[in-house]
Order: sequence, then structure tokens, then C-alpha cells
Amino acid sequence: MTTNTAVLEARDLSRTVDQPGGPKSLLRNISFRLDQGQVLAVLGPSGAGKSTLLRLLNRLDEPTSGTVLLQGADTRDMDPRTLRRRVGMVMQQAYLFPGAAAANVRYGPAQHGIVLEDSQVADLIRQVGMAGYEDHDVSTLSGGEAQRISIARALANQPEVLLLDEPTSALDDLSKQDIEHLLASLVRERNMTCVWVTHDVAQARRVADLVLRLEAGQSIAFGTSQELLHA
Amino acid sequence: MLNLLFHTQMSLGVGQAAVVAVLAIIVAQFASRRGAKIGREIPMVLLRGIVQILLVGFLIAAMLRGPWWTGIPVLVVMIFIAATIVRRRVPELPGAYTLSLLCMAAGAGGVLTVMTLLGIVEPKIIILIPVGSMVIAQNMNIQSLFLNRFLGEVRSHRGEIESALALGASPEHAAESYLYASFHASLIPAIDNLRSLGIVWIPGMMAGMVLSGTSPIYAALYQFVILSMIFIAGAVSCLTATYLVPRRIFTPQQQLRRLT
Ligand SMILES: Nc1ncnc2c1ncn2[C@@H]1O[C@H](COP(=O)(O)OP(=O)(O)O)[C@@H](O)[C@H]1O
Ligand SMILES: [Mg+2]
Repeated sequence: MTTNTAVLEARDLSRTVDQPGGPKSLLRNISFRLDQGQVLAVLGPSGAGKSTLLRLLNRLDEPTSGTVLLQGADTRDMDPRTLRRRVGMVMQQAYLFPGAAAANVRYGPAQHGIVLEDSQVADLIRQVGMAGYEDHDVSTLSGGEAQRISIARALANQPEVLLLDEPTSALDDLSKQDIEHLLASLVRERNMTCVWVTHDVAQARRVADLVLRLEAGQSIAFGTSQELLHA
Repeated sequence: MLNLLFHTQMSLGVGQAAVVAVLAIIVAQFASRRGAKIGREIPMVLLRGIVQILLVGFLIAAMLRGPWWTGIPVLVVMIFIAATIVRRRVPELPGAYTLSLLCMAAGAGGVLTVMTLLGIVEPKIIILIPVGSMVIAQNMNIQSLFLNRFLGEVRSHRGEIESALALGASPEHAAESYLYASFHASLIPAIDNLRSLGIVWIPGMMAGMVLSGTSPIYAALYQFVILSMIFIAGAVSCLTATYLVPRRIFTPQQQLRRLT
């Protein structure tokens, strides 16, 4: 019996959508629990439901059934905006807002009435390896640089959990490595709880403690990275 | 030339309409041979157009004998019909009919009411119906442009909008810049009409007034009044939409709907 509450827990999460041809099940009965500082890799082929699962965790999509618990509290009882501040997300593409890098980093805290100091912004931008880029227009950044700024933008909210949706798969090989390395070290340094979606088994082996394998919306394996990937 | 053949105003009008209809059909046939698929559509559209506008002519002729306020229900019905046309432009938007009805009631409806109360639009059938229908028709176009553009912006910026939500932004804030961009874009034609008024363009209303013997100076001023009313009605309806439309594209749980 464990008495400590998990940082993030999913219980029997399912999502079904209505389609012209009848209801379509995107995800069925997914459960897992993550303690502080654990990294869960979600592995599976394209279309398996990996993004759908992440989007249920910060409620960008609505679960049809099942529960998400954050520090033991049902996320349905929270204001979605509060939930999303506490559970940050980095997507496959950076999707930066037009303007300066610094404005992007300030965006999240500003949504909750917090104005970051210049030094805090500079610090976040430095932590993602972009020191001095505060005033750069985001339209001039490369894919890898933009992804770094989007990571700083997510971290600015000081989330308790970080959701990563294939954060390296839209990048060239060199940036892939750099960004993976950056994320892995940021997550370890901060002892962050993290759900990291990837279709790259080697990446999962390098970064994850736990692994969830999805196929056609169903969990086909859940266990430690040791058990599932190093055998 | 035609006035040598026709001797009454009525028969002259029929003759004029017949000649332009035949010309339009000939042009459409040529266009069809070039691959534009309008050859079969055009005769029907012409027929429909002339039947509709004649019915309106008869209606106005009949209403001229009654009190001025009978114009009000006619304009109200026009707004209801305009809303169905806007809905057809944005079938993917939930509740588009009610939304555009409310917006145009505030825009065209509000402007026409205030202008009539101020005496700028005279409460006479002969003024109320043509001026009212012009304001409503243009309001409908502006409303369609606005919603169409906004949904296009949302579709091509899902990533940015959901990124904003994922950072804890409110739906209104996440959609704000796309609302403003659409607001501006939808009013460009109305603004450019004002800008080019008289130089590039002498509008139909003014032409009609001068043709029917009104002083060109008064006709010019009145045309300016009408274009300004069109702008005000469009701006009010789209502004109303900026408040109402986020509720239609986001769920109560602050998720961006899939617009198929
Ligand atoms: N709202 C939706 N309506 C219909 N189909 C959807 C919806 N969201 C996702 N899908 C479908 O669900 C499947 C899983 O999608 P996704 O979670 O993005 O997969 P992955 O991230 O593993 O590639 C895909 O086939 C996708 O097209
Ligand atoms: Mg995906």
C-alpha cells in the first residue's frame, strides 16, 4: 500500500468522439500514476492516441470517462486555467506568438496576473541556452531556437508537471539531440514530473523512468523503462 | 434606340431588362466554352433575380398606399433572411444563425432605428425600404466576411490558440488577435467605399436619385450618409460578434472546438 499521493494520476481515462460513421474510440481505459520527479515516456506509432492522452491531462480535450488527479485532486474540480498553469505543455512545434522572445516568456505568468522581472525573463531564456535573445523577433529564429523559447515559455509558469508532445520530432538531427539533452537536464535539475510523448524507442530509453506503450488507443504495456526497454 | 420601339415607361423597362438578360446569357455561354461553369446557372439566376426584384417593386407600390410603419416588419424579415444567408457561409460554426441575427439586429437594426428616430432616415416607405435594405444587405456581407475570415484564422492558427490556452489564457484572450484581424479585414470594403466615394465610384442610390430628379448636391450628401450608416452598422455588428463568437468556438471547459 502506498500512502503518499501521486503528483499525477490517470484512472481509466477514455475518450470517444462522435463521427459521421458512428462513435470513434480514440483512447480506452488508460491508467498510470507518477510520483514527484518521475518521467513517463508514452510510446506508440502515429495515430495511437499519444497526443490525445496528453491533451486529456491538461484538459485541452475532454475525457469521455475516467479521472485525472493532480496532487490527489480531481482536475475536473479545478478552473481549467489554473490546471493548465500547473500542468505545462510543449508541443511538437513551437507555435510562438508574433513578437519578441521575451514577450513569449512573459505570456503565461501574465495570464495569471504576474509580471515577470526583466532579470527573471533573462534567466529563463539563459536556462534554455538562448542567453541574450530577449529582444529577438521570434520570426527570425530557427526551428531549434524557437523550440527552446517555447520551453522557456512553458517553464515561466513554474508548472508542477510538464507534458511534452514529441518535442524533438519536427527538428533536424542536430537540434533533436540538443533539445532532448536540454529537456532531460531541465527536468532532472528541477525534479519535475513529466509525461514525454515520443515515437523514438531509443529516446524513451534515454530519458524515461516509466514507459507506457499505446497502440490504437489502448495500453499494451506499462512498466519501468528497465523492464520494458532494456531487456 | 429602345425608346423608339417602346412608348410607355413600363414597356421600356421590360425591353431594357430583356436586352440585358439576353446579353448576360450570351456572355455566360462564351464563358462556359472557356471552362467557367456558369452557362447553366446564369439563366436561372437572372430569372430568380428579376422575379425577386419585381415582387419587391409590387410590394413597395402596394405599401406606398399604407402607413409608413408597415416598412418596419419588412425590414425585420429582411434581417431574418440575411441571417440565414450568413449561416450558409459558415456552416461549421455552431449557432451561426442566432449569432448573426443578434449581431445584425444590433448593427443594421440599431443604426436604422437610431437614424429614423433622429430623422436622418425619413419615416416614409419610399425612403425606409430602399435605404434599410441597402444597410441590411451590406451588413450581411460584412458579417459573412467577418465570420468567414475569423474561422479561417482559427483554423490556420489552432496551434497558437491551443498554446495560449495551455499557458492558462482565457479563450477570449487566446482568440483576441484573430478577432481584431477579422474585424479590420471585414470592414475594409466599407472603408474603401467611403474613401473612393465619387472618385472611383458613383453608387447606385445616388445615380437613382439624380435620375429621378433630386438635386445632385442633396443626392451626394445623402449617399455619404448611407455609406456612413453601412460602416456604422457593420462595425457595430462585428463588434457584437467579437463578444459573442468566442462562446461558439470554445467549449465551457475552455477547449477549442474542432471546426470541420
Ligand atoms: N477530435 C477528434 N475527432 C476525430 N478524430 C480525432 C480527434 N482527435 C484525434 N483524432 C484521431 O485520433 C487518432 C489519434 O490521434 P493522436 O492522439 O493525435 O495520435 P498520436 O499523437 O499518437 O499520433 C488519430 O487517428 C486522429 O486522427
Ligand atoms: Mg501526436
